[in-house]
Amino acid sequence: MLELRHRGGCPGPGGAVAPPPREGEAAGGDHETESTSDKETDIDDRYGDLDSRIDSDIPEIPPSSDRTPEILKKALSGLSSRWKNWWIRGILTLTMISVFFLIIYMGSFMLMLLVLGIQVKCFHEIITIGYRVYRSYDLPWFRTLSWYFLLCVNYFFYGETVADYFATFVQREEQLQFLIRYHRFISFALYLAGFCMFVLSLVKKHYRLQFYMFAWTHVTLLITVTQSHLVIQNLFEGMIWFLVPISSVICNDITAYLFGFFFGRTPLIKLSPKKTWEGFIGGFFSTVVFGFIAAYMLSKYQYFVCPVEYRSDVNSFVTECEPSELFKLQSYSLPPFLKTVLRRETVSLYPFQIHSIALSTFASLIGPFGGFFASGFKRAFKIKDFANTIPGHGGIMDRFDCQYLMATFVHVYITSFIRGPNPSKVLQQLLVLQPEQQLNIYKTLKTHLIEKGILQPTLKV
Amino acid sequence: MTELRQRAVREPDAPPEDKESESEAKVDGETASDSESRAETAPLSASADDTPEVLNRALSNLSSRWKNWWVRGILTLAMIAFFFIIIYLGPMVLMIIVMCVQIKCFHEIITIGYNVYHSYDLPWFRTLSWYFLLCVNYFFYGETVTDYFFTLVQREEPLRILSKYHRFISFTLYLIGFCMFVLSLVKKHYRLQFYMFGWTHVTLLIVVTQSHLVIHNLFEGMICSNLYYHVHMLLYNNNNKKAFHRTPPPFIEEPFSKHLNVCCVPGTRFIVPISCVICNDIMAYMFGFFFGRTPLIKLSPKKTWEGFIGGFFATVVFGLLLSYVMSGYRCFVCPVEYNNDTNSFTVDCEPSDLFRLQEYNIPEVIQSVIGVTTVWMYPFQIHSIALSTFASLIGPFGGFFASGFKRAFKIKDFANTIPGHGGIMDRFDCQYLMATFVNVYIASFIRGPNPSKLIQQFLTLRPDQQLHIFNTLRSHLADKGMLTAAEDE
Repeated sequence: MLELRHRGGCPGPGGAVAPPPREGEAAGGDHETESTSDKETDIDDRYGDLDSRIDSDIPEIPPSSDRTPEILKKALSGLSSRWKNWWIRGILTLTMISVFFLIIYMGSFMLMLLVLGIQVKCFHEIITIGYRVYRSYDLPWFRTLSWYFLLCVNYFFYGETVADYFATFVQREEQLQFLIRYHRFISFALYLAGFCMFVLSLVKKHYRLQFYMFAWTHVTLLITVTQSHLVIQNLFEGMIWFLVPISSVICNDITAYLFGFFFGRTPLIKLSPKKTWEGFIGGFFSTVVFGFIAAYMLSKYQYFVCPVEYRSDVNSFVTECEPSELFKLQSYSLPPFLKTVLRRETVSLYPFQIHSIALSTFASLIGPFGGFFASGFKRAFKIKDFANTIPGHGGIMDRFDCQYLMATFVHVYITSFIRGPNPSKVLQQLLVLQPEQQLNIYKTLKTHLIEKGILQPTLKV
Repeated sequence: MTELRQRAVREPDAPPEDKESESEAKVDGETASDSESRAETAPLSASADDTPEVLNRALSNLSSRWKNWWVRGILTLAMIAFFFIIIYLGPMVLMIIVMCVQIKCFHEIITIGYNVYHSYDLPWFRTLSWYFLLCVNYFFYGETVTDYFFTLVQREEPLRILSKYHRFISFTLYLIGFCMFVLSLVKKHYRLQFYMFGWTHVTLLIVVTQSHLVIHNLFEGMICSNLYYHVHMLLYNNNNKKAFHRTPPPFIEEPFSKHLNVCCVPGTRFIVPISCVICNDIMAYMFGFFFGRTPLIKLSPKKTWEGFIGGFFATVVFGLLLSYVMSGYRCFVCPVEYNNDTNSFTVDCEPSDLFRLQEYNIPEVIQSVIGVTTVWMYPFQIHSIALSTFASLIGPFGGFFASGFKRAFKIKDFANTIPGHGGIMDRFDCQYLMATFVNVYIASFIRGPNPSKLIQQFLTLRPDQQLHIFNTLRSHLADKGMLTAAEDE
């Protein structure tokens, strides 16, 4: 989830351009609706109070320019406010892109850490919104419990990842062996401890609030943590599976914004009034072309194409391998009409480029729905941005909302179309079995391999 | 989840809860739109509303307290009888029952959500909730079917395609629902819609995953020694022509079930945990009723420490006895398998070590008390102690969670399905965590990954990957000294 980019295409109410009056209208409208629908029940005075009080009382997030460094402010003080905003966003965009490249250069491990950091920050942002909405700062235990649950779920997922990819490393260490073998049980016990603490912390007057926060935490975990782990799994499959999808989403943002800016006329969806059909379609075509080209350029390098492995001899991550079929140039014969246009019989492509078309299509057509979801969420809870982390752009979640579904899609795509089960996982599970079972399986496999001619019967190693 | 039992511990909760909730919310007017909450009605009339007339008349003489007791008692016996019948009918029926219970639980919780948020008229929302339920169920059932009916699936072409791209298809279906949700956002109702979306997802997380773990427990067994046979059949089907120069092992000749739809009951893994939770409920109630003095937790004022501890010991003993009885019968301890030839389920195997009597030395302390030096037990009974302990110590937290939930949303029962007991969720709230625990426990302590499944996965790898794994396994076994030169040839 390295998408730290100019959020041109998925603005929602982001950036200083979104007029506050819209927020005010929405606030007023919702407030009225909710209070009128409350009228038949007094019971909701207690909780309807909560909701309607919150509607009018949520403070607006201060404008993001508060965070802009003084330097920038002075340099741009001459320009009108609209262009100033444009420049701030542009500069921040370039900064984020450069940071992205730098981290790619530094390798997979740094990327993993970056993903982890982003995940924690996103979680923090969403939970903070929940606190503000429910005014639950003073609920007993709740902050602790939320972070505890985040820790548990991360422990569970990272444990599974570590066990898979570090199988050889883990075999050597005795304590790690124990942790891996009983990993699920340990994770479950940790989660249970958190669950019991939650039940014990229920306080008489605050039941509903506490349940809301509990559910809020779990849904947030579901969204942020699972997505980030799928991203890491994609990363281990090969950096290209990480880079191409993310850059497709970014490119779609930017090009949709640009097309909308220059040609935009027909509104796309009521939820985000600044999106236009021209931007959408223009963004779609440019993203497909971009994905195609990016795939072509990245497929040449082993650094991007090979699955990330941990080699115990050098104690680091290496990406060296024989590139799979997907990344070898093949000749495709063109369909007749393209033949006449391009005046060639065949074209050499990497098969991966065909897949990249599918990925880019998803990024342009379905990815924006993640953005609409986040816009709706922000309107529902009357916030302008998720947080104020990045000047000109809002919070980290604002940058990643279009990525929500992309990571899952890429993962599902890989497991369905590209490869079968993970060999290191199969190996790791084999090594966990009882010795007698291992022996049985060994004999069966041997027979099978000899049968298929993969293994020579006379080979003695 | 045929656990339809008297949640006896719950019943005495009802009156004080009512009083409390009445004093807390003087204007508990939710009943206007929430006919099911019955926050202001006496518990008795609520249950009597659904009680059949017959019972009403028969019990009209007794005082209201005893009448309630009798209604609950009769319903309890009815549910237990129902449980036995379902078990008798076999695994397929159980699966269907589990699914129905799951749907009903989902419905109950979603209805509460509707009531809380007055969201009956939100566009599309009912449709979307049921649609998401369908998607998630499709995903889970597909995985289960693919795992346990592997050979059947490989044979039929449409099923094979569905199973190969199963995840992709499920994800696509889910995405369609997600997009529909986004498109259905209506200007004035954003927050409500997001609440219901979150509510639906949390409900799915709780209800559907638990029910699928239950089904998993239902089907899973341990490693039986017909592993060879199973694998042989797999490889044979895969190669399709070349026969292995072995005949199938002799002990799988006559599938047990051909004669015997009578006894084939899905196994210990399913029945023992559920019965432990049920027993804990009943025992804790009994102990609390007779000896209860010290309150346990503010959340449920009628629970007492005496009930809790008494229930704990009684459940452990019950678990020991039950597992002893069940381990003796082959039809309880074998995994359910799909037999290609007869196209039906079979439950037949050579029981594994877990279900063979072994001798244990009794520690010194107890030796003097009982006067016996060793005792014959099934290893499974040791595990059943762990299961019973969990059921008695942590299971109740599921109940407290549900109590808190009901208080938070000012409802007395989840629904009014079962007279005297409330909704289906009321019966299953202590089971929440049990199914997950059993699953994790089995996977961690009793057996590892399923070998036949591993072999299936192995067969789908590329040849160079297969070779790599094979060599690693060989060196691993050689390190352990398991491979002799003769075997290595």
